[in-house]
Amino acid sequence: MYYIDPHIHMVSRTTDDYETLAKMGCVVVSEPAFWAGYDRGSVDGFRDYFEQLTTFESRRAQSYGIRHYTWLCINAKEAENVSLSREVIAMIPEFLDRPGVLGIGEIGLNKNTKNEATVFLEHLDLAAKTDEQILIHTPHLEDKYQGTRMILDMLNDDRRIDPTRTLVDHVEEHTVRHVLDSGFWAGMTLYPVSKCTPARAADIVEMCGPERLLVNSAGDWGPSKPTAVPDFILEMRRRGHSESLIRRVVYENPLQFFQQSRGFDFEPPEASGATAATAI
Amino acid sequence: MISERTRLAVLEEEFLPVRAKILEIAASLDRIQRAEGEGSRDPNWLQIQSALETLLEDQAGRAERVQMLFSRPYNDQWRETHKHSTS
Repeated sequence: MYYIDPHIHMVSRTTDDYETLAKMGCVVVSEPAFWAGYDRGSVDGFRDYFEQLTTFESRRAQSYGIRHYTWLCINAKEAENVSLSREVIAMIPEFLDRPGVLGIGEIGLNKNTKNEATVFLEHLDLAAKTDEQILIHTPHLEDKYQGTRMILDMLNDDRRIDPTRTLVDHVEEHTVRHVLDSGFWAGMTLYPVSKCTPARAADIVEMCGPERLLVNSAGDWGPSKPTAVPDFILEMRRRGHSESLIRRVVYENPLQFFQQSRGFDFEPPEASGATAATAI
Repeated sequence: MISERTRLAVLEEEFLPVRAKILEIAASLDRIQRAEGEGSRDPNWLQIQSALETLLEDQAGRAERVQMLFSRPYNDQWRETHKHSTS
């Protein structure tokens, strides 16, 4: 089965991971800009990062037949530096017309602070003015519920934001319905310890249905598994769910969401005459 | 929606994994208790006790309730709080 990983940080992964993903049926990855593990010191640090995301990374993926797309922002962890954040937000439009750019992301909150909210709102304003799609990070652990509700408050306050072009990521059992009920897309991140597991993600699909739900690995430089989406596929199959339901969540839903971005030019393998991958 | 499996079939599948997870939790609690010093009033310990009690409730939605137990409550006046904060 072909699948799409809609949130994975490939700059932190090896080329071997691209090969493994390709063997497992991955045809598209989308990579939001995120925290490097340290706070970058200048706007030029971000300019270099966006250069890597929009040039080298897409070439590295293409050599394994995977299409690489990306999202641009300064992440919430670095948003405490409001002046640097504003410099980065002002620079982002230099890259928005590059091939493979899908929108603004992953913006959001980390510790739900005033500065994070300020920078989040300024990213929303940029997305609205440039008609870009939005990909949103929600906080971890005990801060997730309050942070998700704050994010939804801010999104719902801005009438320019189209929920059907906005993905709220890292939902879990206590936040998924708030996101879906407000009309947004919701992403479930499959992590070994925090966030969701393949089994709990399958539970959420069973409880909420597949509409506007995505699953991703968010594979990055920390403990994470880039092949987590195939783990979800296997869990769904083990429970006896239909191939059409599984395909909807891991392929058709992200495809439908991404197709709303002007930078998404992916030609589905079935349209190009290729036969379906049978690796999993 | 959509799970066509019977409760008994799911129970049979889940029995060994649940047994293993309960043993892991039991051993973790023993490990904490074997360690020296106080901790029985620590908020994390009390949260764990509350979460374990939640598991025994005879009502679906345990995962969501446990999530809420480990979450800071939503303050719908957060805009006011931020207006006056210095962060």
